[in-house]
Amino acid sequence: MISLQNIEKVYRTNTVETLALNSISLDVAKGEFLSIMGPSGCGKSTLLNIIGLLDAPSKGNIKISNQTTEKLNDKQLANFRNQKLGFIFQSYHLINDLQVLDNVELPLLYRTSVSAKERKQLATEALEKVGLANRIKHFPNQLSGGQKQRVAIARAIVGRPEIILADEPTGNLDSAMGNEIMEILMQLNQKDGTTIVMVTHDENMAHKTHRLVRLFDGSQVQ
Amino acid sequence: MLKNYFKIAIAVLRRRKFFTFISLFGISFTLTILLVLTAFIDKVVGDKYPDKKRDRSLYITRLSQQGKNSTSSGPPSFYFLDHYARSIKTPVAVGISSGFNGTNTYVNNKKIAVNYKYTNAEYWDILEYEFLEGKPISKQQVENADKVTVITEDIKKEYFGDIPSAIGKYFEADNVKYKVIGVIKGVPITSYMMYSDIYLPYTVAKDNGYKTNKSYQGGYYGILLANSSADLDKMHDEYEAMVQRLPVEDKKSFDHVYSHADTYIKGYVDTGDERHSGTFIVITAISIFAFILMLLPTLNLVNINITRIMERSSEIGVRKAFGASSKTLVYQFIVENIILTLLGGAIGVVLAFIALQVLNSANLIANLNLTINFTVLFIGLLVCLVFGLLSGVYPAWRMSKLNVVTALKAQ
Repeated sequence: MISLQNIEKVYRTNTVETLALNSISLDVAKGEFLSIMGPSGCGKSTLLNIIGLLDAPSKGNIKISNQTTEKLNDKQLANFRNQKLGFIFQSYHLINDLQVLDNVELPLLYRTSVSAKERKQLATEALEKVGLANRIKHFPNQLSGGQKQRVAIARAIVGRPEIILADEPTGNLDSAMGNEIMEILMQLNQKDGTTIVMVTHDENMAHKTHRLVRLFDGSQVQ
Repeated sequence: MLKNYFKIAIAVLRRRKFFTFISLFGISFTLTILLVLTAFIDKVVGDKYPDKKRDRSLYITRLSQQGKNSTSSGPPSFYFLDHYARSIKTPVAVGISSGFNGTNTYVNNKKIAVNYKYTNAEYWDILEYEFLEGKPISKQQVENADKVTVITEDIKKEYFGDIPSAIGKYFEADNVKYKVIGVIKGVPITSYMMYSDIYLPYTVAKDNGYKTNKSYQGGYYGILLANSSADLDKMHDEYEAMVQRLPVEDKKSFDHVYSHADTYIKGYVDTGDERHSGTFIVITAISIFAFILMLLPTLNLVNINITRIMERSSEIGVRKAFGASSKTLVYQFIVENIILTLLGGAIGVVLAFIALQVLNSANLIANLNLTINFTVLFIGLLVCLVFGLLSGVYPAWRMSKLNVVTALKAQ
């Protein structure tokens, strides 16, 4: 499903070169739930961003769903992300000016084939899946952290992507809420067969996934 | 998609009320000024009262003689218009009138300033003044040098007060009593070729200039009426050819005579400059004025928009992550900005409407009733769109170029 070969990421400023990722090779199978762990600054998020095509590697190849991605232009990349990937962020990144339903509909806005009616229906279904169907008219500011993250999950799954990339999805939540979110993710993985790559700091969460990859100073150590 | 953009645009506007106020104020105030200006220009050049036959008329407003070191320029003389302009074949009528001149008259020891104008009889055939009472000056009355006058309804009211009819009464100006034979709806002073308070036969002019002044230049305007608009070009060329054949009056000082029979607008804005048309100069001046007027609020909007981008970097990041291309984001931002400018535009239209009502009721220029019509609204809409595009494109481009990861981290 996801194949990384010799991924290297170097950040350059005028004076300093920082190696954020050093020759990472990783394969994630279809339907796998993989977690990435490591201390702060070890390159976990950078790796996830590269898998999510939000950032380009300095070296190496990426294949997602058997498609190489380095030659895709801006529009093709956007389209690819829209069709294949769903993102969940630690700080939710909901649009505070939009109601919950509009937030969840967002990825579908960029699919011309989906009508407004279908958008609404799919978004409502996604919110039902995360148990927030009764909050569609609320604004993000009116929700708790756990609820916000569930909205973010609904937004990530509304377009039925093959892969979900979660960057510390429970990082801002207490353990009860964190467990709730983890449950939802595990269900998505088990029931729908969605491939999930999750960055986490939490050993307990990581051990609930199929496989754990550890990074240290930009290199894979496990 | 548009509905979503609309929701976002409104939410963004409500979020920073002060910025929004500044932006909307800038746009609406600018637009108000432009709309009032447009309404004014539209009225001045577009109002066809009383020359409803404008499409088959040419206007002679200036005659100049130029030499190496000297230039003499001004309206032509009665003699020139009656003798030379009339000599060309195409016109079916030649309307001649003097420019308006001021004098004072007294009613019950109250001073009234009156503008008078001399006309020939054809002037009244060509121009269709709306007669509220009586009739225009006839050929016979001109030939007989009858002391008759056509007056406007405003001066009637001022001079005679509220009386049902002024026909047959006498209007005294410059110690001469003129019998009122007609009352017309007045013309604003901006239509300077047709404006006056009272109209008199040219034959009653005290100075006899129409008889004694045989030079080319005087104080008169001419209107040449063709049979149909198809004859305008022919009439124009014929006039040009006639003028070219004219000898200069003073060979020592001058070597060329210039005079043109132009369409109303060209004649209206004629500056006497033979190298650049008045239309060109006026359009350039108005465009520069409008551009500068629009530049300030545009720059202000650009600045505010760029600030707002930073506030919205998380949203930009999310949209990109979920499949918005840079182009889509540029489109979204421009649409949002156009919504803002249209909103400012709507306020501007309301303000302009109020401003025009105030200007009309203040009666700064008599008989100039400014209105917002479709042309003005259309121009207003166009200005709004240009505004929206100008102030939206650069910030939108900056916004779309934001790196997703950086944008998401910025929160």
